Amino acid sequence: MNGQNKGGLSRRAFSGALLTLVAAPQAFAALPSEVEAAIRAAVGHAPVRDGGVVLRVPELAENGAQVPILVDVDSETGPGRHVARIHLFATRNPTPGIASFTLGPASARPLVATRIRLAEGQQVLAYVVWSDGVVMRTAAEVKVSVGGCAT
Amino acid sequence: MSTPRIRLPASARIGDTVEIRTLIDHPMETGLRRDERGQPIARNMLIRFEARANGEQVFAADLANGASANPTLTFNLRATGEMSIETVWIAESGARFTARGRLTLRS
Repeated sequence: MNGQNKGGLSRRAFSGALLTLVAAPQAFAALPSEVEAAIRAAVGHAPVRDGGVVLRVPELAENGAQVPILVDVDSETGPGRHVARIHLFATRNPTPGIASFTLGPASARPLVATRIRLAEGQQVLAYVVWSDGVVMRTAAEVKVSVGGCAT
Repeated sequence: MSTPRIRLPASARIGDTVEIRTLIDHPMETGLRRDERGQPIARNMLIRFEARANGEQVFAADLANGASANPTLTFNLRATGEMSIETVWIAESGARFTARGRLTLRS
């Protein structure tokens, strides 16, 4: 930026901004600030790509204290390029962090399954960080019949 | 609290992707809950899980408040030979709970 363009966005910046708006699903448009902060702390400010990650959760969880979740990156990994980290966040729990996983070339197909707590119906977000710095994300909405207490 | 458990296939071929399942009984108290008298329940969390194959770390998890009680973890590992698998759950207090398994090769 050289400061000559104070009147408005350059054409390039403008089309970039427009693309960002179109590409970002509404799902991610308005995250609570503490969720946003937790995500930034985990993945930094690298550009994030939507998709490429399978996040399997029940549409309706009877018991919010024990919600099964599976993250699957549909890709074999090995020497050269592998999934380094997978981060899970909840948008409406008392605290957004769920778990962060560290994987490596030995992980073969990068898949993690665990059980999580959801205090109420909300979105679960999965961020996948590759060894080359690429970050992918996906989200899933879960309805909860009985909340998982104060998590 | 009890001994953690680990489940893996008894044998695999070199190059196979094997699934490792682990679980441990633990209340995973976040410190945010109150008992029926309204008293806060003390925090008591497992905050870390590590898995090693032949001594080398192959998977780890940092657990936050959203991890459930009696946590389970399932992850994959590529069989590269006979493997001695060691998993450890680590509490915030520093206590460690270890489970071991062994993968043998078949032709």
